[in-house]
Amino acid sequence: MTKPLLDVKDLRVTFHIRRDGDMPWALPRQLRAVGGVDFALKPGETLGIVGESGSGKSTLARALIGLAPATGRAEWIDGADLIGMTPRQMLKYRADIQMVFQDPLASLNPRMTVGQIIAEPLTTHHPGLKRDEVKTRVKEMMEKVGLLPNQINRYPHEFSGGQCQRIGIARALIVEPKLIICDEPVSALDVSIQAQVINLLIKLQKELGLALIFIAHDLAVVKHISDRVLVMYLGKVMEIASSDDLYANPQHPYTQALLSAVPIPDPVLEAEKSVVPLVGDLPSPMNPPSGCVFRTRCPRAQSACAEQVPALMGEGHQVACHFPGPLTEAEIAAVAAREARPVPA
Amino acid sequence: MVIEQAKMQSLASRMVEHEVKGRSPWADARKRFVRNKAAMAGLVILILVALFALFGAHFAAWSNEELDYNVMGQVRELGMPSIASGHYFGTDDLGRDVYARTVQGTGISLMVGIVGAAIAVIVGTLYGATAGYVGGRTDQIMMRTVDILMSIPYMFVLILLLVIFGRSIGMLFLGIGLISWLDMSRIVRGQTLTLKNREYIEAARATGVPSWKIVLRHIVPNLLGVVAVYATLLVPLMILTESFISFLGLGVQEPLTSWGALISEGAGTMNYGTLWQLAFPLFFFCITLFGFFFVGDGLRDALDPKDR
Amino acid sequence: MALLEIRDLNVRFATNDGEVKAVNGINLDVEPGDSLGIVGESGSGKSQLSFALMGLLAKNGRASGSVKFDGQEILNAAPKVLNKIRAEKIAMIFQDPMTSLNPYMRVADQMAEVLTLHKGMSKRDAVAESVRMLDAVKIPDAQGRIRLYPHEFSGGMRQRVMIAMALLCRPQLLIADEPTTALDVTVQAQIMQLLAELQREFGMAMILITHDLGVIAGSAERVAVMYGGRIRESAPVGPIFADPTHPYTQGLLATIPRVDQEGDELSAIPGSPPNMNHPPAGCAFEPRCPYRLARCAGEDPVLDLFDADRARACFATVADVRARRETVILSADEPAAAEAVEEAPEGDLPVEIIAGAGMAGTDSEVKQ
Repeated sequence: MTKPLLDVKDLRVTFHIRRDGDMPWALPRQLRAVGGVDFALKPGETLGIVGESGSGKSTLARALIGLAPATGRAEWIDGADLIGMTPRQMLKYRADIQMVFQDPLASLNPRMTVGQIIAEPLTTHHPGLKRDEVKTRVKEMMEKVGLLPNQINRYPHEFSGGQCQRIGIARALIVEPKLIICDEPVSALDVSIQAQVINLLIKLQKELGLALIFIAHDLAVVKHISDRVLVMYLGKVMEIASSDDLYANPQHPYTQALLSAVPIPDPVLEAEKSVVPLVGDLPSPMNPPSGCVFRTRCPRAQSACAEQVPALMGEGHQVACHFPGPLTEAEIAAVAAREARPVPA
Repeated sequence: MVIEQAKMQSLASRMVEHEVKGRSPWADARKRFVRNKAAMAGLVILILVALFALFGAHFAAWSNEELDYNVMGQVRELGMPSIASGHYFGTDDLGRDVYARTVQGTGISLMVGIVGAAIAVIVGTLYGATAGYVGGRTDQIMMRTVDILMSIPYMFVLILLLVIFGRSIGMLFLGIGLISWLDMSRIVRGQTLTLKNREYIEAARATGVPSWKIVLRHIVPNLLGVVAVYATLLVPLMILTESFISFLGLGVQEPLTSWGALISEGAGTMNYGTLWQLAFPLFFFCITLFGFFFVGDGLRDALDPKDR
Repeated sequence: MALLEIRDLNVRFATNDGEVKAVNGINLDVEPGDSLGIVGESGSGKSQLSFALMGLLAKNGRASGSVKFDGQEILNAAPKVLNKIRAEKIAMIFQDPMTSLNPYMRVADQMAEVLTLHKGMSKRDAVAESVRMLDAVKIPDAQGRIRLYPHEFSGGMRQRVMIAMALLCRPQLLIADEPTTALDVTVQAQIMQLLAELQREFGMAMILITHDLGVIAGSAERVAVMYGGRIRESAPVGPIFADPTHPYTQGLLATIPRVDQEGDELSAIPGSPPNMNHPPAGCAFEPRCPYRLARCAGEDPVLDLFDADRARACFATVADVRARRETVILSADEPAAAEAVEEAPEGDLPVEIIAGAGMAGTDSEVKQ
């Protein structure tokens, strides 16, 4: 087995929140954004991370890149632990791990030209480069992501959303990283542009042998691009499996609920499918449920779920659930019935 | 397919030949500013006032210190504004030429305003941006310092300074400079806090750009809009402060003068029928303030368009 | 007679960069109890269309044409008339519920205000009715929660409050503008289901505006596809998904990644949506269209019925579009090249070269 590019063990991110009105000496409240995540990423592999808002998927990405305070271990292929490095030590690895952000326009400084934006990582990591050389490399990269190199002096607001995202991708690629973390890179784009950007990412990944961590709330997009998919809920991993396996054969009740909720652009299929309803709201990460974090909304929850935290079990297809397996029609119907309501007069 | 690729390549190479010039946000703002009539009128007024301060002295028939002994004692009858006597704006009670003194007062007042605003811009921007970006304890300490400085009644301190160390222009600059940046640093810090969480700042941090470079390259340029607007409003504020101090009789020292001093003198003799001594300095004072306010408004609209 | 009759609706915005033609020549009918879906990308004019109906256009916007609700002209009607209709006959829910709820008022007061104002109910009755309505939108413990402030609800619950508020006066028409875009998928599924149930129960008509074809598939009976400020295709929901006859609809359907399908490369529509400040002279989709003909660049096709209740605006024949769908899988191998060409400033290059480049992109796709 090849050594993983990135081996994450028990990664946790806890924010200390001080509410307005708390006494200065009061202990800050703890918000557990990511509560112990394990996964390994092989070189050249694409790992999709899905979850709803509040699942901690973006915080996980920020922790890996040193933008959020984390504990645990994230071992890079050369044996270094990315967590708890000093900024100086981290600098060496920052060129290897780059990030593509959600909002294409907001992630580009409006006062800088495209050339300056794309060149910034390059000049940061290779301060000795001559200006001509930087410019040539920026232009090459612009061509690679499908931008015209003669647009180098333009400003971000002169480009469309899709093109801005290409600029973001060029900026991430220019230092030849080994891993790119994409945080919802297409959710701000129009449907017809999403496919272009996804195809570009796939193409570049194949060409350059990159590993990708692709974060999204859109399960269909993730299915498309990922080799393996990790499902998160309230800061915890619910299920990890190869993309085909996860979508064809989801084991965790949450994954099943999530999958069934995705609308299918086909009126016939859409009418036929049965949706697993999730009752109630997402619990507060300040005060997560004991045991399995999903138990408060799980159609299959039992008393054991409140007592014991389910471990991530299995080889290849891993599930963190005491009672994994496909939900039956009867179980779905039972949840639906719980939601029944009086008809207004 | 092959032909198409060749076509594309020839197209690409043609297009690479000349780099397209970008339309920077500043250029956009300039365009909007130029289209704003009130702001342009304000700008023209300011330029005229500045020209008056710089070159007005060349056209003066009298210097600002010379006394016209002819009019002394009969200022009301003989000291009227007249082209013939060379006193375009008339004379003051001592027989000094109000035109020459207004030119000089304009120069001093503008200088006080601009220097005060410049100190505020430079110190306030860097101080506020640093406090906002670094955050945490540093921010706390830096901003509490500002709070403490602000809580001191500055006019009182300024007056004390001028009384203890004597009245001089240097002292005036120092006093005004000391207080002018406080507001600016607060405004800048607030803006920085909102900018700090923008994705492009995160992108820069993620790639390892050092903090000082992030402040200078990413934060300050994006603050300049707010800073520019506030600075144009700060200049009249500084002029007003100086005028107030001069009005109290603590400002610049004779023979130097400023708008405040001139207005004070003019107001004092208003009842004797020599209204021109008040009217001319006051006129310049007012149009300059209006000019700055119009320009400030125009800048705000140009830099922060809601319809974009 | 149709409940809502839109004839030749145009919306224009006066901006610094000149006039923006946001909505052009829209004709639509909504029957009582109907559910119409309007799909489009950003800039397609779908939201401005609904704002124009409700008289909510921004200050620099102007609407012309005719919109009749129940036989009464409501386009550019006097504010008094509009207010009455907006409150009692037509209701609207928005993408972000927080912007349309007053954060400083309790939900109970906000909801009761609507009823006391328009129905002349007493405060006590109004609150009781509000609780019933919150129950109807499945807010658990409505009696207790009605005393809360809007920010104390989660995103999904807030949208439910919005819906309950919209339904208070039992409107005949509900306009839902991207009602679930800000919500998570699981919540989205619940809200869409709720809307469908309520529509049946209350017997009202609904216009659902969204960019998501998946959402449309599940909850609309008829669909109008908008692009560049015009309706490009309109048909019942079945045919539009099974047999799209406009190149844009076809491309849009092919580009959506689906959870129920395999496949590695997505087919993408090359290029980007038109800039409505400077719209193309002819069909707005022409620069991205694989079926484009010579006349498409100069002329904008009109929406024509070609079947009982199906209409399309395209010069390419139905047979042509249908036939190619079988054989051509649009791929976006070089989408950027085509997109970039659009960005090139006019006048820098001879026109043939630009056209040629566009053709190159699409020809190569056909061959693959």
